[in-house]
Amino acid sequence: MGPVQQRTGPFSCNKNRHRHSDMAEPILQMRGIRKSFHGVKALSNVNLTVQAGEIHAIVGENGAGKSTLMKVLSGVYAHGDFEGEIQFLGQDCRFTGIADSEHKGIIIIHQELALVPLLSIAENIFLGNEQAHLGVIDWAKSFVKTQELLKKVGLKESPSALITNLGVGKQQLIEIAKALSKDVKLLILDEPTASLNETDSDALLELLLDLKRHGITCILISHKLNEIAKVADNITVLRDGATAATLDCRADKISEDTVIRHMVGREMADRYPRRTPCIGDKVFEVKNWKVQHEVHRERPVIKGVDLHVNRGEIVGIAGLMGAGRTELAMSIFGRTYGRDISGQVFLHGKPIDTSTVQKAIDNRIAYVTEDRKGYGLVLEETIAWNTTLANLEAVSRNTIIDEGREFKVAEDYRRKLNIRSPDVFARTVNLSGGNQQKVVLSKWLFSDPEVLILDEPTRGIDVGAKYEIYTIIAQLAAEGKCVLMISSEMPELLGMCDRICVLNEGRFVAEFSAAEATQEKIMRSIVASGVN
Amino acid sequence: MATQTPELQPVQPKLGVGFLKNNLREYGLLLSLVVIMVFFQVETNGTLFQPLNLTNLILQNSYIIVMALGMLLVIVCGHIDLSVGSVSGFVGACAAVLMVNHGVHFVVATLICLALGAVIGAAQGYWVAFYKIPSFIVTLAGMLVFKGLALAVLEGSSVGPFPEDFQLLSTGFIPDPFHGENLRIASLVAGLLMALVLLVGKVRGRAERVKHGMESEPAIVFMVKNLIFAGMIGALSYLLASYKGLPNVLIVMLLLMLVYDFVTSRTTVGRRIYALGGNEKAARLSGIKTERLTFYTFVNMGVLSALAGLIFAARLNTATPKAGLGFELDVIAACFIGGASASGGVGKVLGAVIGAFIMGVMNNGMSIMGIGIDYQQVIKGLVLLAAVCVDVYNKKK
Repeated sequence: MGPVQQRTGPFSCNKNRHRHSDMAEPILQMRGIRKSFHGVKALSNVNLTVQAGEIHAIVGENGAGKSTLMKVLSGVYAHGDFEGEIQFLGQDCRFTGIADSEHKGIIIIHQELALVPLLSIAENIFLGNEQAHLGVIDWAKSFVKTQELLKKVGLKESPSALITNLGVGKQQLIEIAKALSKDVKLLILDEPTASLNETDSDALLELLLDLKRHGITCILISHKLNEIAKVADNITVLRDGATAATLDCRADKISEDTVIRHMVGREMADRYPRRTPCIGDKVFEVKNWKVQHEVHRERPVIKGVDLHVNRGEIVGIAGLMGAGRTELAMSIFGRTYGRDISGQVFLHGKPIDTSTVQKAIDNRIAYVTEDRKGYGLVLEETIAWNTTLANLEAVSRNTIIDEGREFKVAEDYRRKLNIRSPDVFARTVNLSGGNQQKVVLSKWLFSDPEVLILDEPTRGIDVGAKYEIYTIIAQLAAEGKCVLMISSEMPELLGMCDRICVLNEGRFVAEFSAAEATQEKIMRSIVASGVN
Repeated sequence: MATQTPELQPVQPKLGVGFLKNNLREYGLLLSLVVIMVFFQVETNGTLFQPLNLTNLILQNSYIIVMALGMLLVIVCGHIDLSVGSVSGFVGACAAVLMVNHGVHFVVATLICLALGAVIGAAQGYWVAFYKIPSFIVTLAGMLVFKGLALAVLEGSSVGPFPEDFQLLSTGFIPDPFHGENLRIASLVAGLLMALVLLVGKVRGRAERVKHGMESEPAIVFMVKNLIFAGMIGALSYLLASYKGLPNVLIVMLLLMLVYDFVTSRTTVGRRIYALGGNEKAARLSGIKTERLTFYTFVNMGVLSALAGLIFAARLNTATPKAGLGFELDVIAACFIGGASASGGVGKVLGAVIGAFIMGVMNNGMSIMGIGIDYQQVIKGLVLLAAVCVDVYNKKK
């Protein structure tokens, strides 16, 4: 995998994106949008004006109403299901379904990609829109058209490549190519970079700027304010189902703090809790850790890693996606990833066995997954149920669960971690991302770990909840736990960690203390290591 | 029933009706059974609840219920077992050959047969759990294999009759030392005692939950529900007692029901099975040995299939190559009518039992009414579809 690549599309990018343009007629106007579910207001009064040919960012905390608004716009909620009016291209719109809005050129790309993994790129791009005569598909035509589209989004893959063999970043670009095939006028992207690494994110943002130059208007929903600062012309901030502010990025420089202030409705003095690290002896150590790829056995994923964490220390692991961070963590935690694993794990200087999850837990190691819905929670079940799952022994006697004790434990964590739910019998599927994350944390805290491996602990969580998670992490370190924190968000690592190790292609390529680490240094160490 | 009801708003005790509305699924099932029973009671001019018919109804459905207990676990795990009918037929055949042809003592033969069931379950579970071969395929293969083996063991003919001691498993009733004239007093007392024990258990459980502030079910709903429940058990045992008393197989069935209900709702093993079915990856990362658990679920299913096979053979008093044919469909239908989810992680033991009774009462009632086997199947199919549709609709809401 290469370092930061310069994407070279057919319309390569230059810096003067502000130079345009006639902004007389707004392409989209949404006025006074209100929508409620069973009497609960999701949108109370949203106004959104998008100019033709701009990139318009929509930001807001989780639950602020972003997705609901986009569902209103794309016709998921049919006209009449909500109040307010939508004007697109100067016409009043009354969509009755997604097909309706797509017909007008409004296309939404959801966070969870909607591609069929075992079909080819060409088949996916023209899915439901096949290039066919009387039901017989014209493969040659599909192929050629797909090639054109792929060129536009800067992909060199063959149209017959299967989606399942592509990374998430490329899949995202395929989604955009699919949108382009439908003659898109307004492209809506919901958290497009949530699961992308920085290189892929940059490529995607560059592509958006290219599209803009070709007259395609774009609505970008994102949590990542630095990305928005790079590309957006206007920002609409939603808060509690209403428009809190519309900020013009071209007129004057908007600081992240301004945006955050509008999002949370208060001044955020600090994005990270203040902590005075109290670092003790070496507690957790991994020596010469080697892991082979789970499927392609001959491919090394971790190539001899040494790592240690001291008492009360927060150690960050930085790296690009695919660097092997999650693989490292999961292979240590009960060998839940990889094959032919070798190396040793020490706790307080003694070698320990972490070959199964149960043994790892018994040796007081916990791993909080990056994918809380896929690997963290049993969504259909309650908060209490999930909280005790990794340590059922502690709430049971002779394998019989003491529900009273379970309830007390769960209630205790609900209070301590401030999980927002009236009681612990709410099903976790109904909780917001931040609260779900807190439930996963409760589960692992209840297993009484000494070493906590946190994999992307704040992914997809809004700003307010992030701060709470940071506070919890800081508290754990203060209690003397060893925290290993994997994150793709460098500011988060810089803000929280005492030491940052940089992983690239299965090796640690640099290590920085909190004082010396900067985003540039980390990036540079990755790039430098990738070259040779 | 439900010990924890996931309610977002704490419910005030007065809102009994509102609570029922929100938990329609829990009570709807029991309600539909009652409605169906009343319907057939009226349509058959009171034949349904006659002691003789009621006894038959229980005997006819006992083996389905026994298998439904195991199937529920398999389905909660996210799997399916299509082989249960063939396995029960095969085990019944083996039992016949052992007891009738070789004169093996019935206790020994029974134990051998149950062990055989465990081995069969293990053989299938092995491929499903450790090799990740879809259970649908493994057990489809098993269905063919054991159907064939049953035919081979019996050499194409029926084998019987069984020793009388063995027949008592299905045809016997608990003895009555009081020698009641028109009423088997021991049976009645046993039934009433059971109702009382259940009631006390429920009340104590509730008191415990109330103490911890965990209860969301309004007191009035709780009382009405459990009084109806206890009343039904009491009435049932009275009716049965006025015929021959409680059948032995009913006792076996009730014990199994209680054990499985307890295991699924209160023990760590039960909890882990639901976790495995609800999200296998999360379960594995929480230290649950998912493969071993799946394996044992199939072993358990094998044992229960064997038991069902024995009950069925004892009831017919002969093992035939056709025994067990199509049982798997009734068993699976019972679980789904009882609210189990095909994607795993959801389902209750009592739901599956009620589901089995819904099917059983319909079979029985329609037969009494003289509806042909042809339309019976049509109606049963539609009921299954309707039950699952209602489920899915409720979830979407």
